[in-house]
Amino acid sequence: MSTLRKSLVLHGTILAVLLALQFVLPAYHHGVFARVMVMASYAIGYNILFGYTGLLSLGHAMFFAAGMYGMALSIAYLQATPAVALLAGVAAGVTLSALVAVLALRTVGVAFMIVTLMFAQAGYLTVLYFGEYTRGDEGFVIQQAQRVMWGIDLSTPSNRYFAALALFATSMAASLWLVHTPFGRVLIAIRENEDRARMLGYNVFAHKWAAVVLSGTLSAAAGAFYGLLFGYAGASFASVQYSIFPLLWVLLGGAGTVLGPLIGTLFMFYLIDLSSGFTTAHMLVVGVTLVLLTLFAQQGLAGELRARVWRWLP
Amino acid sequence: MDFGPYLFLATLEGAVAAAILALTAVGLSLVFGVMRVVNVAHGEFFMLGAVLAWWIASQIGAHPAFGFGLALVLAPLLVGGIAAAADVTILKRIDYDPERTIVATIGLLYILQQVTLMTYGPDARPVEPPFNQRLALPWVEWADGGLQLYWPWGLSTTTYKLAVIGAAATVLLGVWALMARTRIGLVMRATQLDREMALAFGIPVERIYALVFGLGAGLAALGAVLIVPIQQAHYLMGADPLLLSFIVVIIGGLGSLPGTVVAALLIGLSDGIISVFFSPTLAKILATLLVALVLVFRPQGLFGTRAA
Repeated sequence: MSTLRKSLVLHGTILAVLLALQFVLPAYHHGVFARVMVMASYAIGYNILFGYTGLLSLGHAMFFAAGMYGMALSIAYLQATPAVALLAGVAAGVTLSALVAVLALRTVGVAFMIVTLMFAQAGYLTVLYFGEYTRGDEGFVIQQAQRVMWGIDLSTPSNRYFAALALFATSMAASLWLVHTPFGRVLIAIRENEDRARMLGYNVFAHKWAAVVLSGTLSAAAGAFYGLLFGYAGASFASVQYSIFPLLWVLLGGAGTVLGPLIGTLFMFYLIDLSSGFTTAHMLVVGVTLVLLTLFAQQGLAGELRARVWRWLP
Repeated sequence: MDFGPYLFLATLEGAVAAAILALTAVGLSLVFGVMRVVNVAHGEFFMLGAVLAWWIASQIGAHPAFGFGLALVLAPLLVGGIAAAADVTILKRIDYDPERTIVATIGLLYILQQVTLMTYGPDARPVEPPFNQRLALPWVEWADGGLQLYWPWGLSTTTYKLAVIGAAATVLLGVWALMARTRIGLVMRATQLDREMALAFGIPVERIYALVFGLGAGLAALGAVLIVPIQQAHYLMGADPLLLSFIVVIIGGLGSLPGTVVAALLIGLSDGIISVFFSPTLAKILATLLVALVLVFRPQGLFGTRAA
């Protein structure tokens, strides 16, 4: 089989398994999987910037929250229908990422990380500052009646699962498609050697800018879906923690692999789930995993798999 | 109270905040300057200092001044030791790669914070100050055709707060003397200028790195011990000092110690004054945006001259 066929078969199989799981999973795990698929879409968005372009952002929560609040505020205050609200969330993500990219991409390396962190912090504080509308840390609930899209009630478990799967499949297809396009290959070239890419005549800034916008848009879409599917928007989704999570998931699963985000998110969700049985300090698991990953497994799970078994893994 | 005394009071409170901030930020700046790494766990070393101060003070049943004095010496040493150990076991092994260091110190941040939550608990606990006399302060006003001193109600400070400012200034002078006048400071500056060359001249760079990392964390812890009688110890207290230290270090020019101190005074005082008159959240939003824009348009900082 050709490399492309192999990867299509593998990713198609995974989507089919996720679809089949819908009918067999017990109620609790069914809910966890829906959540994991939405969060994995967020991680896929993050991976496009971090894994493929080599830009480490510490502020992706602002894009996630832009999508979530773009969606939730237009439902709560403009009485938008869910479809329009989702579009509003994505539009908020596109606008914010286009703007942030122009400023943040003037810096490189550590400065880029700190600038994105600062912008995200300003975004989080802005959500708190307008607490009258956003209800701050407490957040607000999106009523079940407001979550019916085209006659489909997104608050029921199975509809929610299908919507999450649709989002995840779209994000994964986008990511898979990206790595096979010339544009995606230029991004990888920038990651590997920026100067050489520039010397070859590619407009490095324009490519990075497009990567930030694409990544921010996918993250915003995940944020908008998360708010709509689980009926809640709160300031904690804009906090630093939600910028660290996608980094952790992608590092764990394997940066620069299409499957890494799903593997990392799934693994981490269950790790935290198990540890919360023993202690309330479940963020300890996050910290230990981060340190161990930087020390021993730079490639992440899918990265190790690619390095050892399946060399063709995209 | 009138505007004048009110502003004076806000400035005094701001000066205490600025003194602590200067200590914390100089620690961060030192680590960045010499080692070229960003320590995201810096705020947790601050928190650890405060929590250890409470623990040491509560173990000592004697006069509060004795417990506090002991904490002032022991807590920074302990925190510095923990930081140096983290440097040797984690940062050294990833070869001080700037990006991996940030990820590893984020991990360290959660480890320190959550271990504190598991052992010390979620409560905020106070430490008794060694001395705490209330000092009423005078203010001048025009009355009966001449300047007159009077004591407006509510305009006061405590001896302890003044002592904090004095102690911070002394320690900062000590750090300056260490860097500028001693052999170990010379070695640190040599490592900062050119790591390879320092190594070639037989300077034990790795030990210097562990020392600097410990010293930076120790300074943060010292700041925390000084502030803990005014502000209680809590496991989440590290976030604000971290953010403010970042702001200060960036505004002051990455790695420049005098710039850091000037910026700490500027940010600490203006944060204190702005928070009194405006919403503290708005002040923080403006400060973070300002810092981001400074990094974008003037990466060498407002006072720095050399690109970082």
